[in-house]
Amino acid sequence: MNSLQHTAGIIFIVIGLGFDVFGCIGLIRLPDVYNRLQATTKCVTLGTCSILLGAFVLKGLGATGVKAMLAAVFLLLTSPVAAHALARGAHKSGVKLWSKSVVDKYKQDGN
Amino acid sequence: MKSRLVLFIVGFIVWSLLTWPLDFQHLVAGLAVAALVAFITGDLFSRRPYYFGHITRYIWFCYYVPVFLWECLKANIDVALRVLNPKLPINPGIVKVKTTLKSDAGLTFLANSITLTPGTLCVDIDAEKGILYIHWIDVKTQDTDKATELIVRPFEKVLKKIFE
Repeated sequence: MNSLQHTAGIIFIVIGLGFDVFGCIGLIRLPDVYNRLQATTKCVTLGTCSILLGAFVLKGLGATGVKAMLAAVFLLLTSPVAAHALARGAHKSGVKLWSKSVVDKYKQDGN
Repeated sequence: MKSRLVLFIVGFIVWSLLTWPLDFQHLVAGLAVAALVAFITGDLFSRRPYYFGHITRYIWFCYYVPVFLWECLKANIDVALRVLNPKLPINPGIVKVKTTLKSDAGLTFLANSITLTPGTLCVDIDAEKGILYIHWIDVKTQDTDKATELIVRPFEKVLKKIFE
């Protein structure tokens, strides 16, 4: 493994960790379920994919690298579905939007 | 029957990647597992399996992936900046947008793309009326048509070519 490959892999992992931390900060700072889901799905998806990409760059096309890329694809496919299910379930069970929210068309349409 | 064949091929590819590097024993086991899964759940996989034979759909999909990844990157930076800003500049709400996509796969990909792009999260879909309810972290307009223009348009054209 040459040093350029090593450096690139470490950089990807550091970026990924940074975005994961931003996602966690968002989880604490934002006011309600829906906004928190926004922060966690977006930041954590890219953050974790970036960590997996870093693992792929470090390990190359071996057993580890290919599994890392496959895990990234599955994460991209499933993470938004989970967020959608949580948001819909929260709204159906009567979790209110933040008091300063501007509009709730979903409630207005009688769902 | 054709749907089973497509699922068999997809399942076998996923199995091969999971057990990388390729090895004779793994491939034989993969053939057996993929055949079993395709036999049991194959007819649920796709309603229109002949779509998998259209080359142009794959080409449009290759165009869609970089567009999607770029939007995803922008979304992450956008949310990170909002979260790190001491004033917490959010203006959230749930808006309604319309779509002309009809197929299940197309709607699923549209909802997933919307969720992973800047400031929007898909809350529910009404497939019959073609309506999506979107939680928007920074509501710019409450009008359905304008919101559709802003949120759905970038993806709808490409997804229509892939899935409809």
